Amino acid sequence: MRRDQMSEITILAGTNRSGKREGFNQIIIRPGDTLSIVGPTGSGKSAFINDIEVLAQADTVTGRRILVNGVPPSDEMARDPSKKPIALITQNTRVIADLDVSRFLKLHVEARKQTHIEHLIENTITLANEFTGEEVTGAMSMTALSGGQTRALLIADAILVGRTPILLLDEVENAGIFKERVISCIKECQKTVVFVTHDPYLALRTDRRIVMSNGAVVKVLEPRERERTAIARVSEIDDLLWDLRERIRSGDLIGEEDATDKEIGVNA
Amino acid sequence: MKLVIIAGPASVGKTAVVRQIIREFHETSNPAYVKIDVVRAFEDEELREEFGIPTRKVYSGDLCPDHAGIMVLQDAISWAQNLGSGLLIIESAGLCLRCTPYTTQSFGIAVLSAVSGSNSPLKMAPMIAQADMAVVTKTDLISQAEKEVFREYIKEVAPSIDIVETNAIQGTGMRYLMKALGAYPDLSEAAQIVLRGSPPLGVCTICIGKKEIGWQHHFGVIRPLEEADNIYRGD
Repeated sequence: MRRDQMSEITILAGTNRSGKREGFNQIIIRPGDTLSIVGPTGSGKSAFINDIEVLAQADTVTGRRILVNGVPPSDEMARDPSKKPIALITQNTRVIADLDVSRFLKLHVEARKQTHIEHLIENTITLANEFTGEEVTGAMSMTALSGGQTRALLIADAILVGRTPILLLDEVENAGIFKERVISCIKECQKTVVFVTHDPYLALRTDRRIVMSNGAVVKVLEPRERERTAIARVSEIDDLLWDLRERIRSGDLIGEEDATDKEIGVNA
Repeated sequence: MKLVIIAGPASVGKTAVVRQIIREFHETSNPAYVKIDVVRAFEDEELREEFGIPTRKVYSGDLCPDHAGIMVLQDAISWAQNLGSGLLIIESAGLCLRCTPYTTQSFGIAVLSAVSGSNSPLKMAPMIAQADMAVVTKTDLISQAEKEVFREYIKEVAPSIDIVETNAIQGTGMRYLMKALGAYPDLSEAAQIVLRGSPPLGVCTICIGKKEIGWQHHFGVIRPLEEADNIYRGD
């Protein structure tokens, strides 16, 4: 089976930190689905997407098992990066590889057995620059990139080099990237995406919300149309905050009229 | 009895890998453990206390630890066989990374840390190239892309080596190691065991390329398992 023919991922319940079974039997993620994982820090959000990334077979602390198209994945799919249908962008934006950006991408292109190497490296850097305002170039050292540059490059790498049908993004909002551009790019590419997030706007934009507590899934919410009004409102607030953040970062003074109720639409 | 030899630089997580192996096999195989270290080692006491298994340590002192390991290996096999062990785990604190402590009839594991820099597989090439499996630890600390790039460097040194990526503390991904180890044959003839590769050139009988294990086969500075001090044996 080719990576891109992969149709669905099934997560079978494990246990919480006290050894009690999780509040679901199975969660199925189908192509094009968007999910968010929410909950306090330390509630097991990252562990949840890590289980998906390693295609866990009851061999992680959670005891969860992951099926691909309804059956346990082959060893080959779990172990050979070029066969793996999943790309994970971790919270950690520190890179240890003592390589420049071009060399790093070249090695990753080879690991993923992609062709047109030079072209792909160039496109990946171009896409990274759509996600961040701080320019990334091929000659930069990976270890010298800022958090935002690293995050932007790794997301671009996952989309173009990894070219996997499933993306797992752990707190993308934390580093300085254009999240709206990332979301629209992921949608254009018709990826399945799972966000671990504390960002209300990102969480509301997904089809399903998985709520975590004490290492386990406690709720799976499917809001459908019920949150539509809220999404529109949060979108406006988010735009305002984005604008304010940029102005504050560039050294502006913020006047009274910039943050009135009228503008953020709270009473609208 | 199966023989497992584990090598790798200091602080990469060799003992965390050992702990996972013991956890997996201690119901079925009565594992025994020997740690070879230079000045101080505590793993033998920790593992004995944690799992109630027979353990020993050997301080190599003035000898290189891999050299000491080769010297005592034949004795260590007899020790573990007399205890009725089904799995002898030898952990060596190999230091210069030029040696390969793996022998015939053993399952050789090279442990590397994912946070040790992209070129580290190249720096310890012989230790990886002659192993059966490379276990990459601490992969939870790096991005997936970086993990895959690290893997490419290992493949440059040993294109067909079996690679296992793990957070060894939690045991993620270790199922592949357990499967390979479970399927690996018992040692058949301890007297026939030799080193897989030649250590670097030097002046002692091991350094000049004699591959036999056990002090009985060597001259110069030797070390039996039961003796705390090194002994000199002339030609």
